[in-house]
Amino acid sequence: MISNLPVLKPFRLQSTAHDLPGSRFTARNGILLLIALMLSIFVGEAQAGPGTPSILATILRWTPLLAQGFALNIAMSFLAMAIGTVLGLALGLGLIAVTRPVRAISWLITQFFRNAPWLVLLFYCILLMPFEVRIGGAIVPLPGWAKSTVGLALPVMANVAELVRGAVQSMPSGQWEAAEALAFARLQTLRLVILPQCVKRMTPPWMNLYAIVVVATPLTSIVGVSEAMTLTGDILSSEGRTELLVPMYLYLLTWFFIYCYPIARATVALERRFQVS
Amino acid sequence: MPSGWTPAQPLIRMRDVHKKFGAATVINGISIDVMKGEVICIIGPSGAGKSTLLRCINALVPVDSGSITVEGQEVNDPKLDKLKLRRKVGMVFQQYNLFPHRTALANIMMAPLHVLKRDRVEVEAEARALMRKVRLDGKEHSYPGELSGGQQQRVAIARSLAMQPAAMLFDEVTAALDPETVKEVLVTIRELAEDGMTCVIVTHEMGFAREVADQIYFTDRGVVVEHGPPAEFFTNCRDERTRRFLSQIL
Repeated sequence: MISNLPVLKPFRLQSTAHDLPGSRFTARNGILLLIALMLSIFVGEAQAGPGTPSILATILRWTPLLAQGFALNIAMSFLAMAIGTVLGLALGLGLIAVTRPVRAISWLITQFFRNAPWLVLLFYCILLMPFEVRIGGAIVPLPGWAKSTVGLALPVMANVAELVRGAVQSMPSGQWEAAEALAFARLQTLRLVILPQCVKRMTPPWMNLYAIVVVATPLTSIVGVSEAMTLTGDILSSEGRTELLVPMYLYLLTWFFIYCYPIARATVALERRFQVS
Repeated sequence: MPSGWTPAQPLIRMRDVHKKFGAATVINGISIDVMKGEVICIIGPSGAGKSTLLRCINALVPVDSGSITVEGQEVNDPKLDKLKLRRKVGMVFQQYNLFPHRTALANIMMAPLHVLKRDRVEVEAEARALMRKVRLDGKEHSYPGELSGGQQQRVAIARSLAMQPAAMLFDEVTAALDPETVKEVLVTIRELAEDGMTCVIVTHEMGFAREVADQIYFTDRGVVVEHGPPAEFFTNCRDERTRRFLSQIL
């Protein structure tokens, strides 16, 4: 029997390649960073006047304080990511809503928060949010770091919304058809068929986004949050030694690198695995 | 809604159905009756609107004009209760379209559980029975990606049957399969037909159509060119286009 009839080619996974700034956390960059750090310590020691404690000893002495600040960076990144992801899922569903006004409003919100400079959003949150809120009878203070976290969560929300939209639209239409033919309602189709499959596609770019949020947390030092960046500045001014400046900031950078490198590696590994399967 | 449907009337009744995609007319006035328990096969060259016609029956694609009724329910109605319609009509696709993140058994159970809100224990027992019916017992916990094309297609048939539809639509269900697995799927469909399931089958398997169909419809360019019982249809078709098509494909 001859069959020269066209046959649909099997579906290929489209990469959810995303326009987030690419991850810079490569092993090569890590080695370069370490070399720069060692070089700066070496040069610093040479510049140091007689009788002052060594650069390395000074750095190590301040490490516990720096770690405290860094813990706040991580906490803010976690919270911003959690809040942003929950809001972003809702906004992403708005982007693919059937009703046109819902789609339009979601699109506006997404575009605004994706394209607004993060620092501007931070300032808005710091200046526009009250320093305390009344929930029921209790007065809950809103410290700077909490407001900053909201400020970071907003761009996360918009980026997650875009991820959701992209992932949903990359699903083969046959999945929708099959679910519809089985009399699933639209929301059931999304919840039971489409979104569970999207999670896999969204995970690598979502992790990439997290790494970006982590390196964005030092922005909050500008609005006075006592995170690692602010503390580094405080340490430097209390030490009052110019030769400490370059090694200290490189040291801080190393902390961020060490935290983000495994995330970046895992992202790449996951992306590769999903491309194969 | 005219619910005074009786089994003496056509289960699926299409009258003068028209459908355009942009400027292209895909269905240009098709009328077909399918009685309860009847099996009809629609054949014809690609692009003749066969798949679209099937999608019109369960309102995956809206028709432009004409009438389609399923058990008396009018499909061409802006106030159509699509979910009610789709509970009555099962559909199996060329690309199987199983849900890849769920096991075979879960694929079968999903619609009865979430659409019909039925009891899980009951649904699972039925799903297991359906797996046996399509001869896939033992594969309950395999994911679609672990099954061959023919096996996936049989799971897809079982998934559709789990909704206990009044009629089944088959859209070129063997076209994407390896030749050696085509037969197992056709056997499954034939058994269904023998059990009295109302089936509308779009196919290129002429031998199968001849064997299983009560009526064969040959469509070309959006119209039914010729139809009749298989014995008559294949031996002395009158229309030139039908003859040319059959000589090419047989």
